[in-house]
Amino acid sequence: MFYREAGQFKTTYAADMAVFPILQDKIGIAVIVAAAVLLPFLGAAGIVSPQTQNFLLQVVAIPFLIFSLASIGLNLLTGYTGLLSLGTAGFMGVGAYACYKLTTYFPGVNIIVWVLASGFFAAGIGVVFGLPSLRIKGFYLAVATLAAQFFLQWCFIRIPWLYNENASGAIEVPQRTLLGVPVTGPTATAETRYFVVLAIVAGLTWIASNLVHGRIGRSWMAVRDMDIAAELMGIKLFDTKLLAFAVSSFYCGVAGALLVFLWYGGAEPEVFSINQSFLILFMVIIGGLGSLVGSYFGAALIYILPIVLRLLPESLGIPIGGATIEHLTFMIVGALIIFFLIVEPHGLARLWQIGKQKLRTWPFPY
Amino acid sequence: MRAPGSNAGVAAGDVLLAVENVSLRFGGVKAITDVSFDIRKGEIRAIIGPNGAGKTSMLNVINGFYHPQEGRITFKGRTRSRMRPYVAASQGIARTFQNVALFKGMTTLDNIMAGRTLKMKRGFFWQMLRHGPALAEEIEHRRQVEEIIDFLEIEHIRKVPVGRLPYGLQKRVELGRALAMEPELLLLDEPMAGMNLEEKEDMCRFILDVNNQFGTTIALIEHDMGVVMDLSDRVVVLEYGRKIADGVPDEVKRDQKVIDAYLGVAH
Repeated sequence: MFYREAGQFKTTYAADMAVFPILQDKIGIAVIVAAAVLLPFLGAAGIVSPQTQNFLLQVVAIPFLIFSLASIGLNLLTGYTGLLSLGTAGFMGVGAYACYKLTTYFPGVNIIVWVLASGFFAAGIGVVFGLPSLRIKGFYLAVATLAAQFFLQWCFIRIPWLYNENASGAIEVPQRTLLGVPVTGPTATAETRYFVVLAIVAGLTWIASNLVHGRIGRSWMAVRDMDIAAELMGIKLFDTKLLAFAVSSFYCGVAGALLVFLWYGGAEPEVFSINQSFLILFMVIIGGLGSLVGSYFGAALIYILPIVLRLLPESLGIPIGGATIEHLTFMIVGALIIFFLIVEPHGLARLWQIGKQKLRTWPFPY
Repeated sequence: MRAPGSNAGVAAGDVLLAVENVSLRFGGVKAITDVSFDIRKGEIRAIIGPNGAGKTSMLNVINGFYHPQEGRITFKGRTRSRMRPYVAASQGIARTFQNVALFKGMTTLDNIMAGRTLKMKRGFFWQMLRHGPALAEEIEHRRQVEEIIDFLEIEHIRKVPVGRLPYGLQKRVELGRALAMEPELLLLDEPMAGMNLEEKEDMCRFILDVNNQFGTTIALIEHDMGVVMDLSDRVVVLEYGRKIADGVPDEVKRDQKVIDAYLGVAH
């Protein structure tokens, strides 16, 4: 009734090709962006307590955005180009360690420049490990990227130069400021870090959206859907696949740098283990392969849902022990994943699309 | 749409593609043995033969997917022995497949737009912004793609993912995708396989229109003899990888070897 495009006529191809061609979608995205920007002001406005405010930003919003970014990165590779990768955490680690080394050598340069620059290091490594993709695909490629995962994690542990010969083997994020305001390090407020992460993630999402809606995105999807036909139409498979690896690894690298510098504040190599790779892969699969909004859905389901479940009994006043809650959370999240995959094997993004389609014809679906 | 091939140095009636003494083997299996024929600019050339005669292999050789062990292929006066498929594409050879090879997850529009990849020049930087030159280019190509959509009468399925379309329409979208490349030589591998009579008639009309309006040279493989004899200017007949006949449809129809190949001979 409210969500339909009746009466919205497109008179130009530009209007028809817009990413959000329907007015209601434009309003929706504006509301989401406004809500994201206003989130840190809830505390100041007195709506939530400062502790809750800090919890919302530090435990929920910042990691959610970072995981979404990593999911988008993997989605560009696996969802759009059809190349299965298990090296996500490795590429994230390359970003984090590159950023750490860069800011060690050039402490004067703005940290945000280094966070973005570290993505290029990840992209370079990604291209190297993407080379086998010309000859192998599917599970075999996954095994090849698994090699990247193990090799890179080995580097993070065994090469002391990467963590500045720190005795603990971990990296500790130094304090860096932006226009006099601390952005990283122990004194940076959750609000500042949230805004930096939000700006980077939103900007990179916009770029990803532009890429997948243009020639490059079509080439990626063509390679995914029918590589022989793509090649006979003049799409160079090798270049297209390597570009996908480069862009995907760039996103993962930036996500890794953000993870360490603006969320954890320090990291051990264990952060970039195979478990992290699987976690991101599950976010992509459950969110929806080949969908940017799905990457956000997937990150929300896998990361935020357990947090909500853990808090729920307490806030409802149900007395359950902490360990029990932990077990229950695993069970419920597992059951929900299976439920969603049975209801819609193509992920939450498809579910969202079907919902929108239903809404369009509601309440008279004929 | 610009008439494809208008900038080529080949006039109508001249030889556009020449296949000379081509042999193709897969290990010990001889797929094509010493086959020569030519395709003239502007004609519809049919390649027929019983199953396993090497027709599809021949198309794969022409667009660079297989590399023949012997023989030469000359396209637009340039001879080549080995070339990658995307080079063939950039020289102006497009094709459709026997089993529809569309990009199933993409819409009709995106499929045909993908056919214009080679014509789109804007690099990564502008693609990233999707503004200015990249958007202008996108709109320009969209306009041309809309003309193809109009031509093939598939406006209603513009935004439908092709995986959901019925087979006949998929074949039509695939033709559209090939046309989007503005090819000089269009290779059609059984464009009418599995279609009902009405769909076949539509497809015949489109093929003739493509040939007439755009002047595109067409090589087609087809099993429906009625269609082949009506559409094509000249026919080449293959059997067991060898050429057994070559000429205008009426000649070929009466050729004893062709009749034997199709009906069998008593030994």
